[in-house]
Amino acid sequence: MKRALPILAVLAVLLAAIAIVNPFFLEPAGFLSFVRRAAPLVILAAGQYLVIVSGEFDLSVGSLVTVEVVVAARLIDGDEAATWPVLALLIVLGLFVGLVNGAVTTLLRVPSFITTLGMMLVLSGAVFLWTGGAPRGALSQAFRMFGRQTGWAVLTLVVVAVAAVLLMRANFGRTLIAIGDNERAAALSGVRVTRVRLIAFTLSGVSAAVAGILLGGFAGVSAQVGQGLEFQAITAVVLGGVVLGGGRGTVIAAMAGALTLEALFTLLNLYGVSGALKFTVQGVVLIAAVAAGAIRLPFLDAPKVKGDAHAVS
Amino acid sequence: MRFHRPLILAAAALTVFAVGGCTSDKPSTTTAADAGAGTAPPAAASTAPASGTGEQSKFFVQADYDAQLAMRSQTAEGPADKPWEQAIAPQMVSTAEYKKKDGPYHLCFSNAAVDNPWRQVGWKTMQAEVALHKEISELTALDAEGKDDKQISDIAELQAKGCDALIVSPNTTATLTPAVKGACGKVPVIVFDRGVETDCPVTFIKPIGGYAFGADAAEFLVEKVPAGGKILALRISPGVDVLETRWSAAKAAFDSSGLQVVGVEFTDGDAAKAKGIVNDYIQRYGKLDGVWMDSGATSVAVAEAFEDAGVPVPPMTGEDQQDFLRKWKDDGLTAVAPTYPTYQWRTPIIAALKILKGEEVPKVWNLPQPKITAETLDRYLQPNMPPLHYALCGCEGMPGFPEKWGGKKG
Repeated sequence: MKRALPILAVLAVLLAAIAIVNPFFLEPAGFLSFVRRAAPLVILAAGQYLVIVSGEFDLSVGSLVTVEVVVAARLIDGDEAATWPVLALLIVLGLFVGLVNGAVTTLLRVPSFITTLGMMLVLSGAVFLWTGGAPRGALSQAFRMFGRQTGWAVLTLVVVAVAAVLLMRANFGRTLIAIGDNERAAALSGVRVTRVRLIAFTLSGVSAAVAGILLGGFAGVSAQVGQGLEFQAITAVVLGGVVLGGGRGTVIAAMAGALTLEALFTLLNLYGVSGALKFTVQGVVLIAAVAAGAIRLPFLDAPKVKGDAHAVS
Repeated sequence: MRFHRPLILAAAALTVFAVGGCTSDKPSTTTAADAGAGTAPPAAASTAPASGTGEQSKFFVQADYDAQLAMRSQTAEGPADKPWEQAIAPQMVSTAEYKKKDGPYHLCFSNAAVDNPWRQVGWKTMQAEVALHKEISELTALDAEGKDDKQISDIAELQAKGCDALIVSPNTTATLTPAVKGACGKVPVIVFDRGVETDCPVTFIKPIGGYAFGADAAEFLVEKVPAGGKILALRISPGVDVLETRWSAAKAAFDSSGLQVVGVEFTDGDAAKAKGIVNDYIQRYGKLDGVWMDSGATSVAVAEAFEDAGVPVPPMTGEDQQDFLRKWKDDGLTAVAPTYPTYQWRTPIIAALKILKGEEVPKVWNLPQPKITAETLDRYLQPNMPPLHYALCGCEGMPGFPEKWGGKKG
């Protein structure tokens, strides 16, 4: 929890800044509408956190979100009765893609950066091939309810957040961090590294599915819906002080990082800064967050040697 | 696992370029300016920046603007029920030098891309047009996938295929000009959609153009929104010539009106982003009195943003995509939909056959560019067609309609 403090302070400052420009933000409706808009990114950040803290990456979540939305529209095609079966199918699809990512990374020993980069390309290529750039079909009203109605979106977010926190407090969370900190030490002390990482990737896939459901609901069908989301999610996690390479950082801080990023974008918009600057800001934030972490660490923690049990023992 | 920071930053930078990688072009006076300039009204474009619209685009060309605005009220020549065969103020040129014996003809097509719904609908329509003509033995088409360099090599490759005529839909204007010039000497060339900076093609086919589109939308808001009303302008992305003209004409209309443009924002054509922007503006200004859009891709999301905020949808503009027309009809919106008709994809095939038969064609083939209004909405709303289908495809009577365009029978 101590590690989450700096990001929570930054978040509080940004929220206060938004409230000064836009007093409506202080009303429940205004704040909840912000939370609703941030919900998909927060959920993605929670999923990304699980993977990053175990020392890996998932770059495929953005294109997975696009796949989820495009597939949902095609299968539902405006038919209300199809909503629930398709929702279930979408979760299974996310689960499956995450499982493949995890299996290739752990069993075939392909670095996850490459695995998920490949998966990102495979998925975006497949979407393009299937739709030709113009998705077909339409989402049902019941499907869109999750993203459009603030109550449902916030509820989904709360459920995911609570589940993520409980998961990290359980045995699974501790072993996950142990693996990210020192894989061999964890393995030698009896952690089933492969299985734990598989679960982390699978959950990241599921988080992309849930984010896709919210985003599709929010704005409808689009073949660009997931563009750049993987980098936003990674930026959010890094912003939360989670160390790339794994082993350190909390899921609360990662989700707070996502809220902070979204608050930053909202603030830029309120001050009338061009949308084109969004990427620049994101890049600066990403570098600054990592740099800040690197500068601070030597004073707080003893230097760590990671990934090599011999060097430690 | 250690992470390589330079790699992810490089990847992030790549994504940024991919997202923002729209092509841009310097402005150029197209030959279209000659076609209707004689009847142009006095310039409406003022430079007064008082209404919040910012500087005029560097893509703005006064002569083209005047010509396009004038063309809107001119009657097109040709069959009224086939707008894709009509031409506004045509200046016919002889094609006797290209005449070939009766078929079979081999046509070639260098296509800029098929990566958006507009080009998808157009490309299907063009293929259907080819199928209507038995004298066409073959259509060889290459897709440049939105890349100038690929299109340049595509055009060179097509010249070696023994085409009787070459149709080009250029990806960008300036870069493709030398490639088109190179082809002109060997085969009759037909250019459509975007132009090139040479008059060597036999004919250049296009709807009236971007200025007319932007002006149609802006004038509607000027008429419907009381003076002092707050207008939000939503654009896809900056620096794209065909979109810059739309905005610069709208800017001219807003500058000379009493409306206040409170924001000009870029959506990247992303519905979620558009919805978020509108949401922010509603919060910042309490309400908006009108929304101007340079294309229809995110119109439905914009209307929904007002609904979700619990305020009535103000007068707004869109395009001829079915999802917006349906929303317009169902919710009784106050709206207008200028169009950039996809039926223009039929015309190059018709032009190619005319040229190969030695018949005259217009040097600049200006197709009519209707706008959909409340009165004509019912005519263009097609509930059996997919949401992203463009109503002005001119494809309703073609074989395979509506299934080939993704629609359902009946």
